[in-house]
Amino acid sequence: MNAPLKNRNLKLLNGNHAVAWGVRLAAPDVAPLYPITPQTPILEKLIEFQSQDLFDAELLTPESEHSAMASAISASALGARVFTATSSQGLLLMHELLHYAAGARVPIVMFNVNRTPAAPWGFWPDQIDSLAQRDTGWVQLYCENPQDSLDTVIQAFRIAETTELPVMVNHDAFWVSHSVEPVDLPAADLVQSFLPRVKRSVQMELGTGRALSAPADQASWNLSRRDMDVAMHKVPGLIDAAGREWGDLTGRVSAPVETDRCDDAEIVFVTMGSMAGTAREAVNRLRDTGIRAGLVKVRLFRPLPVAELRDVLAGVPGALVLDRNYSPGTGGVLHQELKSALFGINEAPNLFGLLTGVGGINVPVETLVSLAQEYRGADPVSDPVWVE
Amino acid sequence: MQKIDYCDDGQFCSGHVACAGCAEALSMRVILNTVGENAVGVVSPSCVAIIVGGHPTSSARIPFQHGTLESAAASASGMKRALRAQGRDDTTVLCLAGDGGTYDIGLQALSSAAERNEDILYICFDNEGYQNTGGQRSSSTPMSAVTGSTPAGNTTQKKNLIEIMAAHRVPYIATASPSDLSDLAAKVTKAKTIRGTKVIIVIIPCLPGWGVADDAAVKTARLAVESGVFPLFEVENGVTYRLRTTEKPAPIAAYLDQQKRYRHLSDEDRQALQDDVDRNWQRLLWLAAGE
Ligand SMILES: Cc1ncc(C[n+]2csc(CCOP(=O)(O)OP(=O)(O)O)c2C)c(N)n1
Ligand code: SF4
Ligand SMILES: [Mg+2]
Repeated sequence: MNAPLKNRNLKLLNGNHAVAWGVRLAAPDVAPLYPITPQTPILEKLIEFQSQDLFDAELLTPESEHSAMASAISASALGARVFTATSSQGLLLMHELLHYAAGARVPIVMFNVNRTPAAPWGFWPDQIDSLAQRDTGWVQLYCENPQDSLDTVIQAFRIAETTELPVMVNHDAFWVSHSVEPVDLPAADLVQSFLPRVKRSVQMELGTGRALSAPADQASWNLSRRDMDVAMHKVPGLIDAAGREWGDLTGRVSAPVETDRCDDAEIVFVTMGSMAGTAREAVNRLRDTGIRAGLVKVRLFRPLPVAELRDVLAGVPGALVLDRNYSPGTGGVLHQELKSALFGINEAPNLFGLLTGVGGINVPVETLVSLAQEYRGADPVSDPVWVE
Repeated sequence: MQKIDYCDDGQFCSGHVACAGCAEALSMRVILNTVGENAVGVVSPSCVAIIVGGHPTSSARIPFQHGTLESAAASASGMKRALRAQGRDDTTVLCLAGDGGTYDIGLQALSSAAERNEDILYICFDNEGYQNTGGQRSSSTPMSAVTGSTPAGNTTQKKNLIEIMAAHRVPYIATASPSDLSDLAAKVTKAKTIRGTKVIIVIIPCLPGWGVADDAAVKTARLAVESGVFPLFEVENGVTYRLRTTEKPAPIAAYLDQQKRYRHLSDEDRQALQDDVDRNWQRLLWLAAGE
C-alpha cells in the first residue's frame, strides 16, 4: 500500500543510487568499498555524498574486496556501524571472511549486486554469486526494485544490529541496479529513530583484555553455531516486525515472504528479486484470461522462512519456482530449498523448478504466461527444466 | 648481563603456550608493555596467536581480535577507522603477524595499508618460515635453510621486505631482536609517537624450526645481529637509513653452528651464505650513507 503522493519525497533514482541514499540515511561509521561492475555506482554515489559533506563515514578504499571485508569486520568488532558493497567476483573473493564475519557475530550490512561469476566473464543478472554464500551465516534479502532496495538496506541495519548477524541485501544487476524509477526518500530523522544505536552484547573494548574469535575447543565452536541458530530463528519475526513498522512510517509494508493474488490461486510463481516484477505482470495477464495465478515473492532467503512458505503454499495446487541461478548438479537453488521446506506438509503443491534467466537472459512476461498455461494441472517434475 | 630498559606494568600475563624457551614470548612482553593499555590489537594465525592464547583466555591485557592469515593489516586499518569515527584516534592499533602472514599471504593487504599510510603499528615476528604449521618455507626463509618443504635446503633468497616497505615511503620501519630488548622497547616507543604505518620486524629463532637448543634462542638472535645476518636499523620515510652500528660484522660461522637447518652445508655453501651477508651489509652501508 502506498502513502498519499503529496507526503512523498520522490526522486528518480536507479537501484544503486537508491541504495546509496539508504546508506547515507542509515549513517554508518565506517564504509570500506571496492569497485566492481555493476556495484560501482553505489561506491561513487557515497563518495560523492561525502565530498559534499552529506555522508561522514570513514571511507576506506583498500586493494581488494577481501581487505574491504576484513576492515569491515574489525571496525564492526569495535562497535562501529559498518556498510560495504560488492558483486560477483568481489563477493566470491570475500568468501572466507563471510564465514568469519558471521561467526564473529559482527552486524555488517553489505549490498551485493547479483551478477554472473566468471568463467566465462559476464556482467549479467544472475543470483548464483550470493546463493553460493548461503551457508556462510549471513542473513540474505532480495529486492525487486529500487524502492525495495532503499527500504530494505535501511531495515537491514536494524536486523543486523538486533540479531548481531551480518546482513547481505541483494538486487539484480542492471534490471534493478541501473533501472531508474521514482523512489520515495524517507526523512533523515525518521530513519534515525528507526535505527537507534544498539549496544552490542560482545565487542572489543579497551580495558577488557578480551580476545575475540580466538581459537576455540570443539564444544565452544559447537556452541557458537548453536547461538547463531538461535539468532537466525529470530530473523523472520524481526523482519516482519520491521516491515510493519516501516509500513506505518512510510506506507510501504514488507515481509519475509510477500504474496500477490494468492488467496484462491491454482498456480503460483515463487521467485526472488526482479523476476518478481515480471511475474506480477504475468499474474495479472493470467487472471485476465481466467487462470487463477498468484505470486510468492521470497524476500528473505536466509534464514529460509520455512513456516511462512509452508503457510502460503499449503493447499496451492501448483507452484512454478523461477530460479535466476543454476547450481550445477542440482538445479535452481530456490527450487531445491523449497523441496525441503515443503517436505511432508499436507497439501504440498506440485513443484516445478524452472531455470529462467540464468546468465541474465531476458524472460519476458509472455514466457511466464505460457509456462503457467503449460504447467497448470501437470504432474510434478522432479528435475529442473531449462527455459529458453 | 644486560639491564633491560622498559617498564613492565603487567600488560603480558602468564600462561602463554609458546614452546618453552621461545624468544617470541619474551619479545611480546616488551612490546605489549611498551605499547601500554590504550591500544587494541589484531593477531593473525601464527605462533604469536598461540602466545596471545586460545578462547576464552588471553595473555594480553589489551583486547585482541584473532583475524585471518592474510588480512592483518586490513583488519588493523578497519580498527583504526572505527576508533577515529568514535573519537578515539589516540588509541594505538597493534598488528601482530608472522613472516608468512607478512611476506607472503598478507603482503597485499600490508602494501595497501602502507600505501594509504594507515595509522597502525605492524609487528612481524620473523621466524623465517611457517612454524605454526610445523615448519615449512616462506618467502622469508633464507637460502639453503632446511625446512619441512625444502628438505634439501631452500633454493631462493630471503625476500627483502624492508626495501619493499621502504618503497612505500612509510614513516617508520625498523628491525629488532630479542637479544636487544631495550632497543626493541625504544623502537616501539618511537613508533608510537609517529602517525602512519610503522613496521617493525623482529627476528625470532624458532627452536624446532631452526633446530636451536631450548636455551639458545636469545643467543642465536644475538649472533644473527652481530654477524650482520639480521642487522639492527631503522628506515625513516623510506629513505633515511640509520644503522645501530657500522662496525664490520662478525663472521656468520658461529651463527650457522647454532642451527640444525644449516648442518648439511658444505664449506662452499657456507662461504656463499657469507658472501650474501657481506653484499647485503655493503648495500646497507651504502643506503645509510646515501642521505
Ligand atoms: C588462508 C589460510 N591459509 C592457511 C592457513 C594455515 N596457517 C595457519 S598459521 C600458518 C603459518 C603462518 O606462518 P607465519 O605467518 O610465518 O607464522 P608462524 O607460525 O611462523 O609464527 C598457516 C599457513 C590459514 N590459517 N589461513
Ligand atoms: S614453533 Fe618456534 S616460533 Fe613458534 S612458539 Fe615454538 S619456538 Fe617459538
Ligand atoms: Mg613464521
